Amino acid sequence: MAVNFKDINKTVALVGTDAVAEAMRQIDPDVVAAYPITPQTAIVETFAQMVADGKVNTNYVPVESEHSAMSAAIGASSAGARVMTATASQGLALMWELLYIASGLRLPIVMPNVNRALSAPINIHCDHGDSMGARDTGWIQLFSENAQEAYDNTLQAMRIAEHKDILLPVMVLLDGFIISHAIDRLDLVDDDVAKKFVGQYKPEDYMLNASQPLCVGAFDGLYGYFFEFKRQQEEAMRNSVKVIQDVGKEYGAVSGRPYDLFESVGLEDAEYVLIALGSAAGTVRSEVECLREQGLPIGMIKLRVFRPFPAKELAAALAGKKAVAVMDRSDTFAGGMGGPVFIELRSALYEEEKRPLLVNYVYGLGGRDLPVQLVNQAATELGEIAKSGQVKQMVNYLGLKE
Amino acid sequence: MNWDIKDIKDWDWRKHPRGGLIRDAGNAKKFKTGGWRSARPLWDEEKCVQCLICHIFCPDCSIKTKDEKMTGIDYDFCKGCGICAYECPHDAITMIDEAEARKKEEAEEGRA
Repeated sequence: MAVNFKDINKTVALVGTDAVAEAMRQIDPDVVAAYPITPQTAIVETFAQMVADGKVNTNYVPVESEHSAMSAAIGASSAGARVMTATASQGLALMWELLYIASGLRLPIVMPNVNRALSAPINIHCDHGDSMGARDTGWIQLFSENAQEAYDNTLQAMRIAEHKDILLPVMVLLDGFIISHAIDRLDLVDDDVAKKFVGQYKPEDYMLNASQPLCVGAFDGLYGYFFEFKRQQEEAMRNSVKVIQDVGKEYGAVSGRPYDLFESVGLEDAEYVLIALGSAAGTVRSEVECLREQGLPIGMIKLRVFRPFPAKELAAALAGKKAVAVMDRSDTFAGGMGGPVFIELRSALYEEEKRPLLVNYVYGLGGRDLPVQLVNQAATELGEIAKSGQVKQMVNYLGLKE
Repeated sequence: MNWDIKDIKDWDWRKHPRGGLIRDAGNAKKFKTGGWRSARPLWDEEKCVQCLICHIFCPDCSIKTKDEKMTGIDYDFCKGCGICAYECPHDAITMIDEAEARKKEEAEEGRA
């Protein structure tokens, strides 16, 4: 029987933070421990109201810092609870040592992170420097293009994190202000559908299981097995590629909105391709579609999953392309290597016999706007690279005053 | 649960419980830590009045007892902190140099 997704979905107008809070309400986690930070504040504020109004059964722990928020989340998750928190920027930075502990202990904590630039100079607006810095912490990272995806990703994140072959924490990323504070039209699935999709969390090992005493976080030194545990984490990350795809398909079946590792426009006939993640993907898509109507052989990829990095899948999708431009909303300060997405894609393509030419555009740091004119500039330069076969400048700063 | 870790040193990385979890909790006694010791407490049973103050103060439960009486010191876990010797009201415990004590023991073993 065909599913009528119109019956399942309710169209609403919400800011991104409220869209995430709605997903949290439907998930109804056992414990949420969070500390407010711009532009994440509205998520936990709205959710705290839901707790106060009795709309969820969550035990809400108002902590005194993000370090405490993640510590409480780790404790609650070890005890066997389904746990969420949320943060942004400096808050994520303050969680740093706990991020590794959450992933190292294999705790399926889900955390929306509203992307905001890291100080200094102090800046509250969007770039991806905060979560990109956390790319090696062993967390799965899902980027969102708009409020709809932030909501959808949050529901899926819980399933991915709690999958028995994964058991890794998941960060759901949404661009500060652009997504978090702009009212967007989106569809929410029915509470029953969401709850059924997310399911009940049944941890295999948990500290409050009196019949099976468990030791969590034991010392594992020079003669221990630290190395082996890190290899297991890497294996879980590798396994997560398929799980993320399966969960994305399953979510599509219940909501009408399927998800994959990335999505694309015009790859079948494109000679050159722009790659973007986050809210910029909307601007890039709009411009790419416009240029395609004019007959230009351009395409785009919107990267959704940054951790695990879908290297094989991206290499296959880009096989035979003449040139690829990677848009990075953060820099690595590696001294000319470019932004993180660029560095990783460049590495992913190394084994390919016919590598496309690669160029990097770092843009939008500290919330600097990305108008279509700038995307057009990058697309035009990319077209010239594809035509001439030459990259004059590998790393470029798009929208920088120079 | 009886967690057989006899050959754990040879385990493939896949065999370890995820995330360093220990499903057989309370197994610290299988992991002998006395090797850290640089000073060794020596117990003089003659001087001991069985007040068990050392037992109360020992941070590592290394004072062995049976039927509410001290029977010796557990060198598998004693780390040589010296609290027992410091607290003993009858100087029944004295601290000696661990390395020298071991050298002596090895020499004796060699003779035997």
